[in-house]
Amino acid sequence: MTARAFLVRGLLAGLFAGIAAFAVGYFVAEPQIQTAINYEESHEDAPATHTHSGDAGAEAGHHHDEGGTVVSRHNQRTWGLLTGTLAIGIALGGIVALVAAGVLGRIGALSPGQSTALVALLGWVAVILVPFLKYPANPPAIGNADTIGSRTTEYFVFMVISIVVTVLSTMLALRVRDHYGTYTGLLAGVGLFVVVMVIAGQLMPTVNEVGDFPADTLWYFRRASLITSATMWAVLGAVLSGLVGRLYSREQSIAARRALAASL
Amino acid sequence: MSQTTAAAPTVEVPSIPLAELAPWALFFGLLAVLAIVFVSADQGAFSIPSGNAIHEWVHDGRHLLGYPCH
Repeated sequence: MTARAFLVRGLLAGLFAGIAAFAVGYFVAEPQIQTAINYEESHEDAPATHTHSGDAGAEAGHHHDEGGTVVSRHNQRTWGLLTGTLAIGIALGGIVALVAAGVLGRIGALSPGQSTALVALLGWVAVILVPFLKYPANPPAIGNADTIGSRTTEYFVFMVISIVVTVLSTMLALRVRDHYGTYTGLLAGVGLFVVVMVIAGQLMPTVNEVGDFPADTLWYFRRASLITSATMWAVLGAVLSGLVGRLYSREQSIAARRALAASL
Repeated sequence: MSQTTAAAPTVEVPSIPLAELAPWALFFGLLAVLAIVFVSADQGAFSIPSGNAIHEWVHDGRHLLGYPCH
């Protein structure tokens, strides 16, 4: 069990996670993104694009800066989406693997596969779910270009708070568990996380730039976004914990054989 | 799992020394953060390099993975 062994497996798991997220995103979310873009184009003030008749208008490309690079909708929803999910998947895979390597043997009586799966689960809650509850994903056509800087800052600040509080809550849970048992430990850890994050969520500024965007499309898109990220983290966690568990049992059997050979 | 029980009844999981982990975490962490920034925020909140090619290329992924896009 070395850092390198974890990282290699994390990158592999991240590759699978990125591919799975692309597949789910392409089939579940892309129809909603296209609906949002069609809505955006039909509500633009200038008569720039009159061809919002299904796929013909879709190929015109979705862009905001005049004179900038234009990537066709086809490339955005296939190769562009794949680039994004693969890059994020592999980056997250490596990070989750190195965190799993760090908590190995330090997080209660969990086996390597179990502690790795726990890292992936807590990671999804801390990195995706809780930030999503405060600053949910928005489809194209929502968002004021003037506030992109502050919205990006707020999103990442809240995400960092969520990650830090998750780490602290886990440490508290382990500490309390040593003295008062698993039940009390879990209660203390989860309790600290919920209370701090609710307070942080109340204090952070609210963003509402939805306007008169159709509520059904907004909900379908946000649900699809959550499904896509859940797919990414679930595949990442399942593949990585499986690989780590297999590595551990192989090392165990080698150690057992060595011990047997030494005893002869 | 069945063969692991032969070694010891309650297996103490070996931890990796943090000093051994630190260089891996530092270098891969920097690389991963760079990749995440390019996909999630570049040419939106700030632009290095300037332009909108990266933004447009990863546009759908940025929306879908929950990052503020525009």
